[in-house]
Amino acid sequence: MEREIAMNAKQPLTAAMLLVFASTLALGAKQEAPSTAKTAAKTPQVTPQSDGERVFKQQCARCHTPPDGFSTHISGTIVRHMRVRASLSQDDEKALLRFFNP
Amino acid sequence: MSHSIFDFISFVSWRKVQLAVSALALLAASNYSSAQDTPLLSGGVGFLTSTNAGNTTYYPIVEPLIAAPLGQHLLVESRADFLEILSPKGGGQSGYDHSHFIGLTYLQGDFIASRHFTFVVGDYQIPFNTYNDRLSPIWISNFQDGPLIANLDYSSSGSGLGGMVRGNAIARNKYSIDYNYYFSARSSNAQFGASRGSGGRASIYFPAQRLEAGYSYDRLLQGTHENFSGVHVWWEPKDEALRLRSEYGRGQHAQGYWVEADFRMTAFGGLNSAIGRIEPLFRMQQTFRIDNVASDGLSPVNTQRADFGLDYNLPHNTRILTSYARQFSASGNRNVWETGIVYRFLFPAWKGK
Repeated sequence: MEREIAMNAKQPLTAAMLLVFASTLALGAKQEAPSTAKTAAKTPQVTPQSDGERVFKQQCARCHTPPDGFSTHISGTIVRHMRVRASLSQDDEKALLRFFNP
Repeated sequence: MSHSIFDFISFVSWRKVQLAVSALALLAASNYSSAQDTPLLSGGVGFLTSTNAGNTTYYPIVEPLIAAPLGQHLLVESRADFLEILSPKGGGQSGYDHSHFIGLTYLQGDFIASRHFTFVVGDYQIPFNTYNDRLSPIWISNFQDGPLIANLDYSSSGSGLGGMVRGNAIARNKYSIDYNYYFSARSSNAQFGASRGSGGRASIYFPAQRLEAGYSYDRLLQGTHENFSGVHVWWEPKDEALRLRSEYGRGQHAQGYWVEADFRMTAFGGLNSAIGRIEPLFRMQQTFRIDNVASDGLSPVNTQRADFGLDYNLPHNTRILTSYARQFSASGNRNVWETGIVYRFLFPAWKGK
């Protein structure tokens, strides 16, 4: 039992190391944000809700959260991938593509 | 970490991966008419730890995914796993043993005929319940460990070799019904091993309520023909950062379920605030033996387990996963502590036009 407790004590150390790493990333994120936004297709926030946003929330976001950003060069490939996974219609595919490339 | 996402990794030879890379390299020679259709390279890189009954094991892992569209109707996609395991030496020795595995999770071609019919050919993930084909990637899973019943039909290793048809059967404003049906051939090939079997899944989704329910069926057509069935229910209340997911699976000799809830604390400044990035999790699961014939992947004794997790969603697609689980069974109760960090990457496979 003592050995188990001793081994478990390593977990907080690992967690602390991860938190330090996380803090570094978070700080880095603040500094790098402008250059990232320049090249990546940020998931847009459209008001009122567009068809593409609706498709994203109802179909894609059921399984995963949206990535922070990605190149416009692969937006069509992402949509194609989602069309297979979520059985999207061609109209949904176009709406999603417009949502990614407003 | 006896029931981890790594149980889904098909531990196959390096040649299998080489074959996939070669196939995808051929795609690189293709011309892509649209600048938006550049093949993508995505996936996750993680460093995970698991302390199980006092022993800490470390798992550096890379899970790359590549997807390449061809023309207007075709998509070729593949996912692989590169895993290193560093586990403490037994027998009172100090230090760690290490081993590594390389495996192809799937390699498939998709032909999209219409919304109603997509034909999948190749080595694909079996769509039994939802975890295997929808939640198992490390950049999607909330917990490092997969659910206990994910190993219910262990003979298939989670992948099939053959064909699958999938699509949307009915689409209305108030609901839609999706389906898939697959047939897998038996293959003892080290590169594309699979069991002979068939099955499918049908699910209904109510978009207004954000409610999904489905039924899965799987029949093993080799050796002792066994049936597996499952039910899943997912609910994501609209405009709430709460997700509830559940599955029930039953085999010939065992059954079990899991229920998972995750919540983003958006009330404190939205999803991207420091507090909104915190994601508390809870999962309850149980497995039950129907008899003592151990032809499935579940524990030989009834097992109960509660997982408590706290994830943190950092910027740049990085996520910290932490959890504590208490497992109760006749073979002994134990604690499982897990921590890890996962980075999801997503970029063009090469510079587009």
